Amino acid sequence: MKVIAAMSGGVDSAVAAARAVAEGHEVIGVHLALSSNPQKYRSGARGCCTVEDSHDARRAADVIGIPFYIWDMAEEFHEGVVENFISEYAAGRTPNPCLRCNEKIKFAAVLDRARAMGFDGVVTGHYARTRESSIGKTLHRAIDNSKDQSYVLSVLTVEQIQGAIFPLGDTHKVDIRKEAAERGLFVANKPDSHDICFVPSGDNAGWLRDRLGSEVGPIVDQSGKTLGEHRGAYTYTIGQRKGLGLTVPSEDGSPRFVLKIEPKSNTVVVGAREELAVNYIQGENPVWCGPAATSQETRGYVQIRAHGEALGCTYSYRDNFLDVNLDAPLFGLATGQAAVIYDDDRVVGSATICLTR
Amino acid sequence: MVAAAKRALADQMDKLGNPSSLHMYGRATRKDVEESREAIARAVACRPSEVIFTGSGTEANNTALKGLHWLRANEKRNLVVISEIEHHAIFDPAQWLADYEKAEVIKLPVLASGEIDLAFLRKLVVERGNEITVISVMHSNNETGTIQPVAEIVKIANGAQIPVHCDAVQSFGKIPLSFKDLGVTALTISAHKIGGPMGIGALILQHGLEIPALIHGGGQEREIRSGTLNTPSIAAFAAAASNAASAQAERANFVSKLRELFIAGAKAAIPDLIINGSGEQLPGIINLTFPGTESDTLLLLFDAAGVACSTGSACSAGVHEPSHVLMAMGHSQVSAQSSLRFSLSYLNSESDVAEVIALFPSVISRARAANL
Repeated sequence: MKVIAAMSGGVDSAVAAARAVAEGHEVIGVHLALSSNPQKYRSGARGCCTVEDSHDARRAADVIGIPFYIWDMAEEFHEGVVENFISEYAAGRTPNPCLRCNEKIKFAAVLDRARAMGFDGVVTGHYARTRESSIGKTLHRAIDNSKDQSYVLSVLTVEQIQGAIFPLGDTHKVDIRKEAAERGLFVANKPDSHDICFVPSGDNAGWLRDRLGSEVGPIVDQSGKTLGEHRGAYTYTIGQRKGLGLTVPSEDGSPRFVLKIEPKSNTVVVGAREELAVNYIQGENPVWCGPAATSQETRGYVQIRAHGEALGCTYSYRDNFLDVNLDAPLFGLATGQAAVIYDDDRVVGSATICLTR
Repeated sequence: MVAAAKRALADQMDKLGNPSSLHMYGRATRKDVEESREAIARAVACRPSEVIFTGSGTEANNTALKGLHWLRANEKRNLVVISEIEHHAIFDPAQWLADYEKAEVIKLPVLASGEIDLAFLRKLVVERGNEITVISVMHSNNETGTIQPVAEIVKIANGAQIPVHCDAVQSFGKIPLSFKDLGVTALTISAHKIGGPMGIGALILQHGLEIPALIHGGGQEREIRSGTLNTPSIAAFAAAASNAASAQAERANFVSKLRELFIAGAKAAIPDLIINGSGEQLPGIINLTFPGTESDTLLLLFDAAGVACSTGSACSAGVHEPSHVLMAMGHSQVSAQSSLRFSLSYLNSESDVAEVIALFPSVISRARAANL
């Protein structure tokens, strides 16, 4: 096949591109420039898309022996990912920008462009697997559970999965680093990137405060009694315990957790852990990675964080909403996160959490 | 590299001796340097002593613009005049003079044809001629191939006794170029555009004119440029210059015909394309706008088909930026980003042109589909 390999400048995408070549594909390396004003250097594990990263990607392409280009996706990334991240937080929800990036950029803008240019698909260094089965090409977890990225790929449609190639899903990360060294890729020991790439400082709260302001608001208990104040409700996450700065102890002395964020009144509601218990999740705007779920109650697993646990559940889909009943209660679940449904290791689909109880 | 340049380079590699040394080996390489200087002087119609070897065209431009400015700048005279379509090798030193030497910089606008607006310059010289330290306008534009009215510019500048520098990197060896006839104060040329090695250029600077240096040291080149002379590259530069001069007219004639063929074929294949730059043109440069495309997509598709073409310039991260030259000619950012430059040389043939034109329909339609 003729494919585009998305190369971030990291070790995973470099090995993915090299493996695609080894499998006999005709590969062209593309580095996505996602910031119109990139930093020169990468500081440790934080951030990506620096000038240094684009250089590393180019050198990896040289070593692999494939053509290399840079595609400017800064505008698309800003609109589809960064602005979405800000507006979701402003609305009191907790978004996952990596998932949005896969949905709007890597497997939309890039894949569409690649297909229009006559390519068959896009190769990335994601840890996930695809498989041909009776229901078509399906998306599965990687064998390295600690690196599995199927969660952030759960927004891919059947058509997008068709054009996606994940050469790393059957290998553990340590072996990828070894392979990179054997292939002469000097990014073999480059640190993994963590956190959110467009917040290079790693200080999400500070980054959001710069963009959304830091209007002081109350921290209240469930009866509405003010216990303290905060500087920007959006910097809190449901289930958060630390950093509340409350001086008034609870009646029974037990710790308090963030239960609710009310962006309109700029209020953070806190309470006991039990109040966080969620037994039911409703999701909207579902994307199916294979056949859509039906109104029939089905056994499966749900995951609500990128590296969270898969929880036993019963799910069904009707009237555009995904209903998930959990086998055991879950604590600290924010709306805006993605609920990803698995059938064993196969990704069934995902939906954005809009309601919990 | 052309064969003569390769030979000259290889010959020098067997030689011993720094041309600044006084012993017999030094004298031998010095002789080669001076013969090279004379060959280049013949190719560009200047005196040998007017040739200052530099490490690149960029260095020659920096030396000329900064040196000529420093030579005359004072409290009242502090204005640097360049054009909107200069190469970054003039744009950026001018910006540096603004940032670090508090110079005022005015960029001459261009007409839709891509030629400098002479009326603007005339008015500027009448109104503020006594404030101008230097005027620098390129001989022909590297992106559109439009030849600039340098002789006219010199006439205007001479009236107010303003030195003129001309970046002739793109013209040298391709069209007749005479330092003497142009009457400019300084002229930049480079080897890599004429089949010589990369990393060697020259500043042609009027005899007897001493300007402050950028690089200080052994004073090898008229005290204006220090550093051990790069004899192998200098010898190869001279060989390439002689080669270019030997058949310049026939080659220009041949390449012009290829250009006409290319443009006619391109127009027939893509009727709505726009040809950028009119008036007098270099024979080997064709700049086209393909509405509804993005030039980096075009470049990838042509590259994959074995055709090397070029977008404007890229930023430090490698992202293609809209050409400031096309923007100065009145293009919008979108149409500037839909443009591509093709270069032809005398080593190309009619069948090369036909091969490229045959790719146009499929490449352009794919690029249009990919422009989501």
